[in-house]
Amino acid sequence: MKITEETVSHVARLARLAMPEAERSLLAPQLNDILEYAASLQQVDLEGVPPTSHPFEQTNVLREDEVRPSLSRDAALANAPETEDGQVRVPAVLEGGGGA
Amino acid sequence: MKLNSVKEILASVHKGETTAADWAKASLDAVRKVDGELEAFLTVDEDAALSRAKATTTGQGVLAGVPYALKDNICTQGMLTTAASRILENYIPPYNATVANLLNDAGGVLIGKTNLDEFAMGSTTETSAFKKTKNPYAKGRVPGGSSGGSAAAVAAGIVPFALGSDTGGSIRQPAAFCGVFGLKPTYGRVSRYGLIAFASSLDQIGPFTNTAEDAAIVMNAISGYDKYDSTSAKVEREDFTQDLELGVKGLRIGIVRNLPEEGLNPAVKQAVDAAIRKLEGEGATVVEVDLPHSEYAVATYYLIAPAEASSNLSRYDGVRFGRRAEAKSMIDMFEQSRSQGFGMEVKRRIIIGTYALSSGYYDAYYKRAQQMRTLIRRDYEQAFEQCDVILMPTTPTTAFPFGEKSDDPLAMYLNDIYTIPANLAGIPGASVPCGFVDGLPVGLQVLAKPFAERTILRVAHAYEQVRDFSWPQPELGVAE
Repeated sequence: MKITEETVSHVARLARLAMPEAERSLLAPQLNDILEYAASLQQVDLEGVPPTSHPFEQTNVLREDEVRPSLSRDAALANAPETEDGQVRVPAVLEGGGGA
Repeated sequence: MKLNSVKEILASVHKGETTAADWAKASLDAVRKVDGELEAFLTVDEDAALSRAKATTTGQGVLAGVPYALKDNICTQGMLTTAASRILENYIPPYNATVANLLNDAGGVLIGKTNLDEFAMGSTTETSAFKKTKNPYAKGRVPGGSSGGSAAAVAAGIVPFALGSDTGGSIRQPAAFCGVFGLKPTYGRVSRYGLIAFASSLDQIGPFTNTAEDAAIVMNAISGYDKYDSTSAKVEREDFTQDLELGVKGLRIGIVRNLPEEGLNPAVKQAVDAAIRKLEGEGATVVEVDLPHSEYAVATYYLIAPAEASSNLSRYDGVRFGRRAEAKSMIDMFEQSRSQGFGMEVKRRIIIGTYALSSGYYDAYYKRAQQMRTLIRRDYEQAFEQCDVILMPTTPTTAFPFGEKSDDPLAMYLNDIYTIPANLAGIPGASVPCGFVDGLPVGLQVLAKPFAERTILRVAHAYEQVRDFSWPQPELGVAE
């Protein structure tokens, strides 16, 4: 279960996080320590124990899908880094592809 | 004008001796006097505070005229909310968190937003992208975290109360380190609508105050079902002050047999044991309880919390809000925005969490952690069949010097050993100052079963009436 810089690199890609070499080499041994510590969980018999995803039993909360007032377009776009014609503008989705 | 008692400020405003504006001015003066060095606040909006104070009419609302601060991961409409992260350094929320609305409605006056570990990830407030908040009792030491700014602001006498959030101890631990009262309510008791999410099955908002009674007053304002928070608990509203004076006669105090004591400072243990004896002297009985899975709590937490965080933080992609890096393609823009916007601790947790959730490791890590969480939760359920509260130290040590643990994440995480289980089990817990070791505060942790905050407040209040250690003046604070 050795975490190498390559592992960090792979996981960082999954998380859409660019990671410079210096950070990868810092993180790899630290993650190793943390996961080795977490390996204590492997030593316990957990066969048949139901997982807890949430402290209390809850069910989905649903409401009627009714039109109601919400944020104005201006308010919703106020924090966007780039907008155009009342919409969020982003770089090309496909590398080397057409416009946004 | 001493800013250390919600109760006294309320009484004074109610009688017309003072006004909301007087208190807001006093609090803003305190910021100017102390915060240059303390660095508890990220944003202070004087004009907003003063106009809010003027609009507050005497005696209206359960917090009428009381100045307060909010941890900067709680959204405030029109006011910068950064989560102490570069990725949100210019974020101005278009809406208020439910707690911000409730405190407004109750007549509270927001003074400013307090520093925290970036996205509430940390135990020292050192991972903030902006400031190093000092411990008011020793400026070379950390205030604890992640709600270090809120704890320090109350301890220094700048505001009589502040809100924080607690995912693995982030209210109780800084409360212990700064010598104030801090309460993490039951999961679901206080709405988290507008709280910037860290780990959604663990996060809970709660108050910092100087006394249990003040915390009860604040809880009356902020708790209750909220239709905007789908995890909000549907329980009746209650008066949290109602049991304060009942005393502890006949109450059963649970102390934990075989509590993990690795790294526990003997002087901290002594202070906590002395507090337990005080309560015994007041008529409580002590019983021993078992929490057999305690030793696995930290491992369990540091898989579950990063896993949830890695998912929650996927929203910071530079598209709709937050920092955006210049890049030619969309994917590049995501990767660079996140890389430039997040600090190391946040990256570390995103990587751990993504790893634990990734194909091939999910069963070995994330699922096993969730199964262990079930056993830890059951430990507490069984323990609370034999006792009304469980008492233990809040932290293994007192506040440590800046930088001491920041290069060793695992050592830092182990500092959370006593606070993490309450979040995993969803139960309420508080930290009450119970002494000083070498001039640094020690916290007594009081835990109870779900929705038994009143029992916690009752025990804490009873203890506050009989505690008799000498209490030094903070090094950084408003002089008396």
